[in-house]
Amino acid sequence: MQEEKKYFFDKPRNISAVLYTLYIACGLLLLLDFIVHRHIVHHWEELLGFYPIYGFVGCTAIVLGSKVLRVLVQRDEDYYERK
Amino acid sequence: MWLAELPSFIPFFLGALIALLARGHLRSFLMLAIVALSGIHLYLLPGDVNVTLPFLGYELIPYRVDALSVVFGYVFHIAAFISILFSLHVRDTVQHVSGLLYAGSAVGAIFAGDLITLFVFWELLAVTSAFLVWAQRTERAYLAGLRYLIIQVLSGVILLAGVIIHVQKTGSIAFSIIGIDDLAGWLILLAFGIKAAFPFLHTWLTETYPEATPTGTVFLSAFTTKTAIYTLARGFPGTELLIYVGVTMACFPIFYAVIQNDLRKVLSYSLINQLGFMVCGIGIGTTLALDGAVAHAFVHIIYKSLLFMSMGAVLYMTGKIKATDIGGLYKTMPKTAILCIIGAASISAFPLFSGFIAKSMILSAAIKEGHTWIWFALLLASAGVLKHAGIQIPYFAFFAHDSGIRTSEPPKNMLLAMTIAAFLCLAIGIYPKVLYQLLPYASIYNPYDVTHVLAQTQLLFFAMLAFVWLNLQGVYPPEIRAINIDAEWIYRRLMPRLLQNIFTWVWQQDKSFRSAFITRLNVFFDYLAQLHYPIGRAFSIRPTGNMVMWVAVLLAVYMWLLLSFVD
Repeated sequence: MQEEKKYFFDKPRNISAVLYTLYIACGLLLLLDFIVHRHIVHHWEELLGFYPIYGFVGCTAIVLGSKVLRVLVQRDEDYYERK
Repeated sequence: MWLAELPSFIPFFLGALIALLARGHLRSFLMLAIVALSGIHLYLLPGDVNVTLPFLGYELIPYRVDALSVVFGYVFHIAAFISILFSLHVRDTVQHVSGLLYAGSAVGAIFAGDLITLFVFWELLAVTSAFLVWAQRTERAYLAGLRYLIIQVLSGVILLAGVIIHVQKTGSIAFSIIGIDDLAGWLILLAFGIKAAFPFLHTWLTETYPEATPTGTVFLSAFTTKTAIYTLARGFPGTELLIYVGVTMACFPIFYAVIQNDLRKVLSYSLINQLGFMVCGIGIGTTLALDGAVAHAFVHIIYKSLLFMSMGAVLYMTGKIKATDIGGLYKTMPKTAILCIIGAASISAFPLFSGFIAKSMILSAAIKEGHTWIWFALLLASAGVLKHAGIQIPYFAFFAHDSGIRTSEPPKNMLLAMTIAAFLCLAIGIYPKVLYQLLPYASIYNPYDVTHVLAQTQLLFFAMLAFVWLNLQGVYPPEIRAINIDAEWIYRRLMPRLLQNIFTWVWQQDKSFRSAFITRLNVFFDYLAQLHYPIGRAFSIRPTGNMVMWVAVLLAVYMWLLLSFVD
């Protein structure tokens, strides 16, 4: 049998390249917080790293929250079809 | 010129007739051409149009083009064109005809200047769209379509009741600001709310859209809910209640979306989340917020159909759409994957993509009006959008675990439709003025200042980082073959069960009452029988003997009376 073609993400090296790009981008964005002067509407925004923290914590909270939700609402696929 | 007064829905209905009669390439060409021509016709209108038509002493306005309705008119034409192009390969006349009738009804509804015309198109929307679900021709789709139709028609009936009361009170059928000061206003708001998928009224959407045909859902995602958004913006701008309704809609679906296995169901929940932003904007009611809601509806229709198209393409090519069944499709559908990612970036509101320039208007309006907590919640919802629609959709369909499915790119018409939508997402995102100059309330807003761009980029990148981190930790909820119950449980499980129990109880009561009654009756009959059967006491003496006895009694009484009166 012919060996199947190797695709881009079949190589672990490419996956880590993508991940490291993301890490570096996040680091740079965090650095920008110290450099860029922002005009602020709400005093919460004064907090350094407000948006990065909120993005990270908010996203984690959503995922954990939905895990809790799953416990409550998950049913078998044929739940409604079953008598 | 009479041509200016030709209501836009007429070309669509003509197109449906053509779709019914013509076949093959001619049909494809004519369907696209008539929608394109109708769009150009709308674009070339010199200004506002008001077509009136006297009817039973009222003045109907079947065609009202003004600053608010025309924006929706444009985007409905774009959506119709894209959806038709996307479904050209389908050899199913039912879908083509109902698709055009459905789009035409939506166009009719937004250009309706009075409440009676609105009601007519409101019901047409319901009936014509149900066929896009039934065209899937499975039992599940048939039943889902039936429930959908019942709820949609109910919305129309409530609308009609509200309109009747409204007209009784005001004497006018004109459709302008209604407000919730009286029963009529509440009924009309409820009717609009059903179609706009308000919380607890939303399950018709999440139940039906994943069951429709791969191409039908693209139509469905564009028209019904956005018609409702238009009517809310027209009838209830600045209604404070809508802020809270909107923020609930923006927040709760993100939790549901994360745990869905069916990717079209993820998109359905994400659709409600997006509507939440719009409803919130309408509730805030400032010019910036209303313009934001309209702009968001405009861009949303395009990127949402792009996302539904990419999932439709996956479903069409592989026959599968559950996250557990697919994955790794980037290997054989790279173009679809890239187009899907453009849609995902747009809905996540990355700068330079169309979602960014619209959603930030609503967020800015919220914070400017001092709705701090609303703004805070909407920000969470923004991170949530990235989570479930921005990452989950492309990730589970095209990457994640390799399902081993090797397919190919979808037909050319599908790719072309997706490419047009993706192009529009980028074009509007990069050059937002095109959209801003169409907005009805002429608010001034610049999305591309350093603060906005940096804040949004930080929010999104760190949300992505959280996704990566949770995935590497193995905390991310895995794909599971399961469904998740929602408010539809009330009418699919609770109410049938309750009714069943109530009826069982009633039947039991009925049965025991009958049997008790019959027992009593039998006892009584037995008693009678005891008295009257030949062996019974009453008949122990023969009739003649009986007679003699009674005569003797009578005689005795008579004698006693006679003797006692003689003294």
